Amino acid sequence: MKRSWLIALFCVLGLAAPALAADTIKLGFNIPLTGDIPDVGESSKNAAEMLKKKVNDAGGLKVGDKSYKVEFIYEDNESKAESALSATRKLITQDNVLGMVGPQSSKQAVPAAEAANELKTPMMAPWSTNPNTTKGRPFVFRGCFLDTFQGPTAAKFATEEFKAKKAAVLYDIASDYPKGLAEDFKAAFEKINGPGSVVAFETFTTKDVDFSAQLTNIAKSGAEVLFVPQYYNEVPLIVQQAKSLGFNKPVLGSDSWGSGDLMGLCGDTCKGFFFVTHYAAAGAKGATKEFIDAYTTQYKKTPDDVAALTWDSANLMLAAIQSMGALSGDMAKDREGLMKAMAGIKKFEGITGDMSYPATGDHDPIKCAVVVKIDDAGKFAFYKSVCP
Amino acid sequence: MLQSFLQNILNALQWGSFYSLIALGYCLVYGVLLLINFAHGDIFMVGAYLAFFVSMVLLGKYGAISGLPGWMVLSLAVPLTMILTAVVGVTLERIAYRPLRRKGVNRLYVVITALMCGLILENGNLALLGASRKSFPTLIPIQVYDFYGVTVTNLKLMVIGVAILSFLLLHFIVTRTKIGMAMRAISYDRFAVPLMGIPADTVIVFTFVLGSGFAGLAGLFFAMTYPVIDPYMGALIGWKAFIAAVVGGIGSIAGAFAGGFLLGFVEIMVVAFFPSTYRDLIAFSILLLILSIRPTGLFGVARRTKI
Repeated sequence: MKRSWLIALFCVLGLAAPALAADTIKLGFNIPLTGDIPDVGESSKNAAEMLKKKVNDAGGLKVGDKSYKVEFIYEDNESKAESALSATRKLITQDNVLGMVGPQSSKQAVPAAEAANELKTPMMAPWSTNPNTTKGRPFVFRGCFLDTFQGPTAAKFATEEFKAKKAAVLYDIASDYPKGLAEDFKAAFEKINGPGSVVAFETFTTKDVDFSAQLTNIAKSGAEVLFVPQYYNEVPLIVQQAKSLGFNKPVLGSDSWGSGDLMGLCGDTCKGFFFVTHYAAAGAKGATKEFIDAYTTQYKKTPDDVAALTWDSANLMLAAIQSMGALSGDMAKDREGLMKAMAGIKKFEGITGDMSYPATGDHDPIKCAVVVKIDDAGKFAFYKSVCP
Repeated sequence: MLQSFLQNILNALQWGSFYSLIALGYCLVYGVLLLINFAHGDIFMVGAYLAFFVSMVLLGKYGAISGLPGWMVLSLAVPLTMILTAVVGVTLERIAYRPLRRKGVNRLYVVITALMCGLILENGNLALLGASRKSFPTLIPIQVYDFYGVTVTNLKLMVIGVAILSFLLLHFIVTRTKIGMAMRAISYDRFAVPLMGIPADTVIVFTFVLGSGFAGLAGLFFAMTYPVIDPYMGALIGWKAFIAAVVGGIGSIAGAFAGGFLLGFVEIMVVAFFPSTYRDLIAFSILLLILSIRPTGLFGVARRTKI
């Protein structure tokens, strides 16, 4: 008698389990919660948690005539390429996510994108600007502009704003993002100002803290502007050492400056400098302002560009899921369907601006860049918008 | 060209100062116990964090006391950081190394223990304070002096001065004082020394006090020069300082000091004239060459094994 009860119980549970699982949509987040740039991971997670709460509080995500709860799984990639790979495989094969958001930096996004594409799982890279991330990978999508656009934008801005004829670049040669961007900047600047106008093209390696030899060369090269496509943990050191070596020219940065605690680490030294980025928090309007206000109330700080781009990217993925009409429950089929649905989105209005995707080729959006000035209060103030 | 060269010499003196200060700590412990204290780089990291908290408290950032002026904070932070870091070093010795030494185990196990202690310090810090970097406060306003196109800051001069003074002080202690003589005696014969009535454990504790204290001093000035501190900052520089100590001739105070500056010079000069990717390749090839010609290091003396 007892045994048959148990069997019945198991049968009920066995039937119930997949039914329960089918009511949730799982998305994976492959983000750097520890390692070199933990603030980037924190921003991504904050934005994702906010979005999850918003969707679930509204009764879940409606796909066709059925509502699903969304579940986000956060996997730490320690800001390392190899960990990003294993996090990708874990999310896809063990956690069975429908799609993946992240990794953020190109260093992790490029290898992770290859794995996601091989495992036929849609991946959305919110912050990776290196062209290789999406190149020839139908399952990989991007939420931001490319280095091939950012580099020329910075070069044009340096020429027009500072009337610079000679520029110097200092970048980390061991990391995909700074390396790609530095080369794009150099090519664009030399196209405008003639060959050899980038008078110093200096490199260092990840985790270096002393840049005195490189900055000595830069200070002696006669460059009128220094382009530093580096992260918030290196910028303060570079800027301070440049000053102490007698380099008093403007320093121009890239979108990586805007994330993390740049001003907390840099203090007064970084004030007055410019950088190219995805959006400016100060002076935002409409949906962007709503997002900024909600984020600021919840986390007591202004969202950086990573938070805003993660929000847009996850939103785009959810919108694509909705446009699929129905989920079959067969993971391989649904992933394929989601990829097609994402590729079907031609225009998406995000809080970081309108993104339009080309009809064919790689899934890279065309969107405007913003040049931000760090004002005397240490705020990132909107300075200029540059559209392709 | 000449200006660049002189500038890079100054840069190298500053960068080499940090290697030297850390290498001195490796060298002291090795000299006495023949133990490679692989936790030393992480003790340096702990020193930087302790310096950070000491400075923040003294600057009145935590509200415990009203803020003091920067120069006074610095002059108080130097002894406080050294004492607190020495406490950490001695604690490691008491709970990790001494029990092993008492049991008379092979030195290899103590070295592995030191490696593990280093990882525990690193990850303990990560768990305690999180992965976010800390910004070290500015204690003294940085002045830039320009001599005919060669720039130097007050901080740079201070760092170089501190490294030289530390070396002179340690050299004096080891060669001219009684406790220094006891340290050399233990290094010479660890088993005969207690028979002569010398309290070996006291001398070993003193060695750890000195080594860790100077790691703390290095941490303080490193954090002032490169004011972004994180839990992994000690690992790589610790390894490199260890190599510098070996090249200088580990066990010799002058060797560690010279080795640190040598590594600093090679690294800066390679970066100044070649692409930075060649730095470690060229730097360590040179060091390897030095070791293959003089296996005991620049200042090391080959010690005969007792029969």
